Amino acid sequence: MKQTDSAQDILVSEKIGVIETAQPHEDELYLTVENDDFARAALVLHKRLDSGVMMFFAQDLRAESGKFKLYCVFLDARRRSWVVLCRDVEAGAPVFTSLAKEIYSAAFFEREMKEMFGIMPQGNPDVRRLRLHDEIWPEGYYPLRKDFTPPQEGSAGQGQYRFHRVEGEGVFEVPVGPVHAGIIGPGHFRFSVAGEPIISLEIRHGWTHRGIEKLLEGKTFLEAADLCERISGDTAFGYGWAFCQSVEKISGCKAPARAQLIRVIYLELERVYNHINDMGGIALDVGFSFPAQFAAMIKERLLRLNGDLCGSRYLKGVNTPGGIRSDIDAQKQGLIRSELTGVEKDFLELQKMLFSSVSFMDRVDSTGTLRTKTARDLNITGVAARASGIALDMRKDLPGIYRDLSFTAAKEQAGDVAARLKVRCNEVVGSLGLIRQCLDKLSSSDTPLQSAVQEKEGFALGCVEAWRGPLRVWTRLDARGRLVRCKIVDPSFQNWEGLAFAVLGNIIPDFPLCNKSFDLSYPGNDL
Amino acid sequence: MNLHIAKNRLIKGRVTMPFGASDRALDNETQEVGEELRKLIHARFGRSFHIRQVDSGSCGACESEIIACLSPIYDIQRFGIDFVASPRHADALLVTGPVSRNMARALKKTYDAMPGPKFVISMGECAAGGGAFAGSYYTCSGVQNILPVTFHIPGCPLTPQQIILSLCAFLQNV
Repeated sequence: MKQTDSAQDILVSEKIGVIETAQPHEDELYLTVENDDFARAALVLHKRLDSGVMMFFAQDLRAESGKFKLYCVFLDARRRSWVVLCRDVEAGAPVFTSLAKEIYSAAFFEREMKEMFGIMPQGNPDVRRLRLHDEIWPEGYYPLRKDFTPPQEGSAGQGQYRFHRVEGEGVFEVPVGPVHAGIIGPGHFRFSVAGEPIISLEIRHGWTHRGIEKLLEGKTFLEAADLCERISGDTAFGYGWAFCQSVEKISGCKAPARAQLIRVIYLELERVYNHINDMGGIALDVGFSFPAQFAAMIKERLLRLNGDLCGSRYLKGVNTPGGIRSDIDAQKQGLIRSELTGVEKDFLELQKMLFSSVSFMDRVDSTGTLRTKTARDLNITGVAARASGIALDMRKDLPGIYRDLSFTAAKEQAGDVAARLKVRCNEVVGSLGLIRQCLDKLSSSDTPLQSAVQEKEGFALGCVEAWRGPLRVWTRLDARGRLVRCKIVDPSFQNWEGLAFAVLGNIIPDFPLCNKSFDLSYPGNDL
Repeated sequence: MNLHIAKNRLIKGRVTMPFGASDRALDNETQEVGEELRKLIHARFGRSFHIRQVDSGSCGACESEIIACLSPIYDIQRFGIDFVASPRHADALLVTGPVSRNMARALKKTYDAMPGPKFVISMGECAAGGGAFAGSYYTCSGVQNILPVTFHIPGCPLTPQQIILSLCAFLQNV
């Protein structure tokens, strides 16, 4: 068996019949299999492609075909392509065999499907709701079904969320949240502690659930691009790009070369300000306040640069399907260059402050270790994966503009807070290099900033390696250019579980430190 | 290494610093508004005005800007404003986000835990009427549907200067 076998060959070699094959875009292969073969096919692809479940979602096609359709997305890194395994689910008996028994990374997606569509993953031991809290939302209302009508005003849920319990002599629970001490998003953390070390952490999210996937349905792609920038405020540009990419793929147009380079510049600027913010946050959480304030100053400088470049400190409103709205002219190029020189100097200073402080390094070294095996099982992506020895970076692993630019993907082995900090530092350096490369290429090119986007029916997956990790946006448009379904997966959705494993054996006072080193999104997870 | 430490000490001596000439006007403006803010706080709240911030489902950009107000560039604390962990220490509740249904109870409880007299300030486009998230099955379409809002600060998101200016406007009206 060759390394380069396509996903279809792999399934055929395992004697799994493929009913339908479609390749609507160069890097997306859709394989439909018999419903009975689905779980086995998923397991085969999971093992042979060496990919966790990147997305697993449903679409309500009852009006068209009388069925639900499930899509399970894997990454074929060798072929730089997505492999999407599909099956039907009968509307009358919305049940399918769970994948989660064999593939842990499917578990949360199945819980999501159960609560949003009422499709039961048979055999999944944990189908508790994630976002529609049992105390708030009554039973039997599935928001992402097309015929959904909201429950009556004032009706409340009758259920209660069951936390996992650790029992035994001297074990006690520490509940934290949803309202935290700092200025931060809401989440509930329940620690079980025996003496000092944490023996279990359960994270309950959904507090910032706003129903974005439902809100997106029926919107035109221009309206939707606007809303996508509000999924997670610190990743506004990344989400804008990921969504626009999916629309561009459907329409068959490509953003002009100049627009692509400018997108890289903005995305890397977003990465730099967030990574520096995290470096400061890590310092703050060990009580090392001077570098923390210093980092806040560098971040402010970058935010002001963003504001000067496009009018929005968080880079909102730059992306539009087909290209970008805000050019970087010669004067702005000069501004970026001069500001980045200052930022780089300050960043190196900050890095030196942190890494030359023995007491700081003592706190971050071997704290919050996420092992490679665990990270693989949970399908951890982004910074956290690269700090745990998994070389996964969509800028390298998927086709796109980044293939024409040179940079080294950061990678560390240890998986602790220090490793994640190092990955961030290396990525800041990499990003600064990328921005300069783009600026060099930019000066010579002079093309329009937007391509025309045809209103076309179809579906596509957009993916951008933003600062946290790969943002995945699967969009389906109808013939008038309105959204039929949009599935969004933030890296946080799977990475939060990584945090729950990383803190085991650590003490609660180190939790903020571990948390900040992952720096995951509440709104991106809750949607 | 000694040189490095000495240099750090030198940098450490400077707090609340402007960046370069182009931003000086901005920083002077902050300073002026801040002085006004300080006077108002002295007159109305006896030297200090403490705020408890709650995110009820925002995208996180408002939080980021509030944190920026506390950075050495703006250093809002020097004017007498501080963000506190406990609602029991707070004069005002600053709420961002359209209020996700899940957060409604926690938000009410936070408000109830505050001693009187107390004020609710809503901040950001979505905190009044839901903004981009209006019409969702899972939001309460704004803070005013849950708590008695005294003052609303519009913007998506606000810049730190706008936050400081708006707090000044709030204190003038209270």
